Amino acid sequence: MDLNFTKEEIAFRDEVRDFFKKNVPADTQQKLIEGRKLEKADIVNWQRILNKKGWAVSNWPKEYGGTGWTPVQKYIFLEELQRAPAPDPLPFGVSMVGPVIAAFGSEEQKKRFLPRIANIDDWWCQGFSEPGAGSDLAGLSTKAVREGDFWIINGQKTWTTLAQYADWIFVLARTDTKAKKQEGISFILCDMKTPGITVRPIQLIDGGKEVNEVFFDNVKVPYENLVGQENRGWDYAKFLLGNERTGIARVGISKERVRRLKELAKLEVSGGKPMMEDPRFRAKISQIEVELKALEMTQMRVVAAEGKRRDNKPDPASSILKIKGSEIQQNITDLLMEVVGPFALPFADEDANGSNELPVGPDYAGPLAPIYFNYRKVSIYGGSNEIQKNIIAKAILGL
Amino acid sequence: MDFEFSEEQQLLKDSIEGLLGDKYDFERRKKILESADGWSREIWKQFAELGILGLPFAEEHGGIGGGPVETMIVMSTIGNALVLEPYLPTVVLAGGLIRRFGTDAQKNKYLPQIAEGKITGAFAHTERQSRYDLFDVKTTAKAAGNGFTLDGSKSVVLNGDQADFIIVTARISGNSRDKDGLGLFIVDAKANGVSRRGYRTIDGLTAAEIQFSGVKVEADSVIGKPGAAYPLIEQIVDDGIAALCGEAVGVFSALTEATTDYLRTRKQFGVNIGSFQVLQHRNVEMLIAAEQAKSMTFLATMMVNEKDPVTRRKTMAAAKTQIGRSAQFVGEQAIQLHGGIGMTMELKVGHWFKRATAIDIQFGDADYHLEQFGNMGGFESAA
Repeated sequence: MDLNFTKEEIAFRDEVRDFFKKNVPADTQQKLIEGRKLEKADIVNWQRILNKKGWAVSNWPKEYGGTGWTPVQKYIFLEELQRAPAPDPLPFGVSMVGPVIAAFGSEEQKKRFLPRIANIDDWWCQGFSEPGAGSDLAGLSTKAVREGDFWIINGQKTWTTLAQYADWIFVLARTDTKAKKQEGISFILCDMKTPGITVRPIQLIDGGKEVNEVFFDNVKVPYENLVGQENRGWDYAKFLLGNERTGIARVGISKERVRRLKELAKLEVSGGKPMMEDPRFRAKISQIEVELKALEMTQMRVVAAEGKRRDNKPDPASSILKIKGSEIQQNITDLLMEVVGPFALPFADEDANGSNELPVGPDYAGPLAPIYFNYRKVSIYGGSNEIQKNIIAKAILGL
Repeated sequence: MDFEFSEEQQLLKDSIEGLLGDKYDFERRKKILESADGWSREIWKQFAELGILGLPFAEEHGGIGGGPVETMIVMSTIGNALVLEPYLPTVVLAGGLIRRFGTDAQKNKYLPQIAEGKITGAFAHTERQSRYDLFDVKTTAKAAGNGFTLDGSKSVVLNGDQADFIIVTARISGNSRDKDGLGLFIVDAKANGVSRRGYRTIDGLTAAEIQFSGVKVEADSVIGKPGAAYPLIEQIVDDGIAALCGEAVGVFSALTEATTDYLRTRKQFGVNIGSFQVLQHRNVEMLIAAEQAKSMTFLATMMVNEKDPVTRRKTMAAAKTQIGRSAQFVGEQAIQLHGGIGMTMELKVGHWFKRATAIDIQFGDADYHLEQFGNMGGFESAA
């Protein structure tokens, strides 16, 4: 047993840390620290910096631009990225559709799409969830019918994150209505400019509009935009969802948030003393820190085991990372809201950003309640925590 | 970064599991529990033959030179089998103090005898008023002739009723809550002026209230520099905490597995109750609590020899907090999911639960350590 990184791993960590220190744009970093929303340009600019360095698509096979890092190196990279803090490479392309195209796409698709994903020349979004298909994703009803050299797609997707920026969408559509529900689904790539696609933003409880509904009304897509084989889309979707689970604990982000929380708890005063000196509030922070350290160690155990696994299946223990990681993230947002007391109340409308309105109370207070509201999502997306518990009950406990 | 055991460590694990599997089933343990001593000299002898009573000691003292990982392996097995014998007080605490801080003469006198299973020890520190504060000591040590005279009383001393030697903390100078002025003294349990009242603890182990009245100790029975024992006490309690974490891992995994087995076999409404989602999720939450505790145990094990006391103590406080929280959750849910049968002494589950409860309390419960952890600044510093 040994908890330490090797000399090479430490050198790698230092290299990554140094690169982030020198290259993350200062205003992007500041937005992340303060919890303000990133603009499209923030994400694109940063990913292009990473891509130039050859680090944008580290998880891909080497021949398509991947780095060939070990699981420990990937873990270090993500931890340092979150610690900086710097934005994640855009997940819809880098972690989702990219690996699917690399594994199952045609040579033509690989050549056409992969380099553009790496550089966000195309912004991708995810067409999975539907109003009637959330946790039961395989129950989706958007249909694609073949007509000659084309698919005709009809239906509706929802919770489509940042579809307002998207050039392309990858869609799970039913292509065989008679087969078992998992066996009649295909994975189709679709240009967002195709006639018949409508995007409608959905305002969330934090006031922001990061997700959308996407409507398909007789959308005509070339047949060759099918990935892999017809009716095998569910397999590709499972591959996609099982990919890159080690980042889901988001330990680095939570550590950075705890540091921010402690900073604000020193500035905010309660009973004539900084909040940080209030034993009750400090105990709440301490409890989060203990659980976060335990989660970090659990994550390291999963990463270390990953290096020794022969099969390519995701470790069911990664469901533990998702559950604890999301709970901890949410608990931190709760305390970040609590720390500013009544100044959590004034609503800072992000659409009014750049206006001349002065903030009410301390200038860091505005985003804190919206983040609390927004982060209710982390125990819902990517398979809700209840679904994760079903997975553990079945795959680990055998119940 | 590697969480696997070496070949030798795996061998150690297999051999102690083998021994306990043969000799320490639930029925056999019940007989030992009901015996007058409350633990078995015969089992103790077999521990000696296996080499685990000298596990952390150097070879020249009859030991095998094992480190914290080896201790964790043994303690985890002890937790799983619910061993009643005084391994923690003898080998980890009393033996550990002599191993770490004793003179050559003290090591030669005590360690080989411990390793051979001939003597057991106890660490007498807690007092009526001290709760979990390690510096709060009222028992006094007054210089007398060549040595000291001890006066005072100690509470809830594990194995205190049967130990052959007792290592006592006492105040040489200062006020009752000063960190300076403490000493560690090796006392023969049969010495004049030592009186003991033995009893069982809630988990079936043995302990004692011990009174010291004018007990004489020679200078060669002092451990470390008189008056400067506080950091030594901190270190040995950290050793104790790391060992308890190891034991807790054995207890929690046993509780989680027993509960899963029960859910798979118990039938109500014509089906296994494990088919009910509400029970599945509870069992999953037990597993998560047990895994989080295991992760912190690995960290505590790796950090127990850390030289910087603040870093070490902080980590131990965090680990003990996690262990305490997990103990309560895993223990209570195991009973709840077993229903009525979980309430009885006839099933091992209740015994594991009681040990888990005692582990939370010993050396400071989760709330105490959470506060200590916060006082030391936590892991992350303000941005």
